[in-house]
Formats: sequence, structure tokens, C-alpha cells
Amino acid sequence: MASLKALKMRINSVKSTQKITKAMKMVAAAKLRRATEAAEASRPYAERLEAVVSSIASKVSVGPQSPKLLAGSGKNDVHLFVVATSDKGLAGAFNTNIVRLARRQAEALKAEGKTVKFYTIGKKGRDQLSRTFRSDIIHSIEPGDLGKLSFADVQNWGEDLTARFEAGEFDVAHLFFSKFENVLTQTPTQIQLMPVAVAADAGDMVGLSASVEYEPDEEEILAELLPRNVTIQLLRANRENAASEQGSKMTAMDNATRNAGDMINKLTIQYNRTRQAAITTELIEIIAGAEAL
Amino acid sequence: MPLHFELVTPEKLYRSDDVYMVVVPGMDGDFGVLEGHSPMMSTLRNDAALEIYKTQGATPERLMIAGGFAEVNAGGLTVLAERVEA
Repeated sequence: MASLKALKMRINSVKSTQKITKAMKMVAAAKLRRATEAAEASRPYAERLEAVVSSIASKVSVGPQSPKLLAGSGKNDVHLFVVATSDKGLAGAFNTNIVRLARRQAEALKAEGKTVKFYTIGKKGRDQLSRTFRSDIIHSIEPGDLGKLSFADVQNWGEDLTARFEAGEFDVAHLFFSKFENVLTQTPTQIQLMPVAVAADAGDMVGLSASVEYEPDEEEILAELLPRNVTIQLLRANRENAASEQGSKMTAMDNATRNAGDMINKLTIQYNRTRQAAITTELIEIIAGAEAL
Repeated sequence: MPLHFELVTPEKLYRSDDVYMVVVPGMDGDFGVLEGHSPMMSTLRNDAALEIYKTQGATPERLMIAGGFAEVNAGGLTVLAERVEA
């Protein structure tokens, strides 16, 4: 049985761990609020842009002259997985869940004989994916604090991806991120980034009549808006990720705090028992000594 | 009748207001939008000024925008811009 002193030290160390996890939980809660606000603030732009793009795209007939981002490369062989994760851990299964979804999809595509490449955002995603797909990672980005990500940062990534797509490095791009449902639920999600997926009934959805004038014309507007749509999707994914990360971290730290509490209780009981046993032994010794006289 | 005008950036809804007129720097030339303008969509010139007339004859408020796109529909004018500088 552990000595009293060793037990006391264990209890103290668990107590200080609990203090840390509790503080981290509170920090995550504060950051979560800001992250959800940012995610909501970027929603109007994304929604409008998406509505406009789909409504124009549904009117333009896809031909060889239409933008590549809309028509695609005509092939379906090389898939790019843009896997958005975070740089930091200690957020429960947040990063692992995203990577797991990406890995499963990648294996399914590889089984069909397609090539899969990875473009990772976030250190954690890169580290986890490089265990099995080291040679398939074509580029990785370290975004730093997801909550502080600005539109300009994401714009560079969007332009890079678009340039790679135009250059024919891949045929289809998928984006993986964690959708923030609420504090307890974050769903790993996959969306098609390039070419742009157009909803069939998009035109009716926004209620745009045929009498809309276009300046310069539909094609040119589309050519201008499509790369922007890629960027906006990236931004949205990262905003969702920022909120999910904090939500996940909050839950994880809450669990850790509770576990530490349980551990302290258990150790305290053990400490008290040991102390009592020591006292009992001493008493027996004294009584035995007195009787021997 | 006022024109409902919204200026949206990726970061936030920058402005949502009822105004008299907005002069928009379209790719093919500036155009003024008043209430009841026919529906249209246009891309905008980079680093050009958006002029907002709060009331008729008022001094316009100028906002520099980049990476913009304007949409006019029955609900009013919506300008999407990547960057806005007052």
C-alpha cells in the first residue's frame, strides 16, 4: 500500500490538473461564443453568393467554352481531398473524426481504382493522414488559431486551389470539415468543392425571373464568381471548424474535470483508510505493550 | 419610397439600410439604383467607390469596395464585396 505522503502528493497533482482543465473549459466556452458569432456573421454572404451562383449556373448551358470550375475537366480519375482540421489537439475526437471520414472515403475511392491526393489544413490532420498516406499529401497549411482566421488568409488558399485545378492537377475536389450542430454534436461533413455542384431547381428557389439583366453577361459573371465561391466554401468550413473545435474542447475538458474530481474522491478515501489503518496499528502496538507489562 | 440596401462582406453584414439611391460602380460603367429598379446582376470594378445617397440631394457617403458583385431584385439592392473601406 502506498505511503501517506505519496498519496497526498498524488491528490495534489490531480487537483492541479483539475484546475487546468477547468480553466481550459472556461476559455473554450468563451471562444466558442465568439466562434459561433463569426460563423453566423459569414452566413449571409455565403448564402447570397450560393443562391446567385446556382441561379446563373442553371441558366448557362455547359459547353466546352464554359468555365472549368463549372463544367469540370470531363474526367473523374484524380480526386483531391481538402481536409480541414486544426493545429491544436486537446479537443476530444474533433480532428480524429474528420480524418476518419476522409480516410474512409479515400479508401473507397482507391478501391475503385481512382487516385486520391490530399491537401491538408491544420497540423493535426496532416500528422494523422501522413501515417497512411504520406506520399499522397501534395500540400499542407498551418492555419494557426482558427478563430482568428481572416478572409484574406483563406483567399490565398482558394486561389492556390483554383490554380491547381485549372492546371489539371486533379479532377474533383472534396472538402472535409466538421459541421457545428451544437455544443454536444459536431458532424464530420464532406462537400464537393470543385467543380461546383449545381442544385437543379436553384433558379426557382431564389425566385429570379427571366427578366434579369446581366452585366457584362452570365458567362463572365460566372467566371468571376466561381473562384470566389470556392473561397467562401473554404471560409465557411473553417468557421464551422473553429466553432466545432471549441465545442469539442469544452466537452472534452468538462469530462476531464469530472474525471479528475472522481479521482480525487477515490484517492481521498484511500488516503483516509491508510491513515486510519496506521492509527489502528499504533493503538494495537500500545495496547499490546501495556498488556505485556 | 426608400430603397432597401444591403452591403455584405464575408466577415459580416456590413450595412442594412433604407436609402434614397446608391450609385454602383458596375463593370460596364456606373449605374444608379433607385427604388423600383428593374432586376439586374453585375460584377463591380475593383477599388471603386460606392456612393450612398441617404436622401435626395444629400452629400453621398463613399465606400471603397473591392471584389464586388451587385444584385438588384424586388427586395432591393444587395452588394457583395470582399473588402470594404470607409
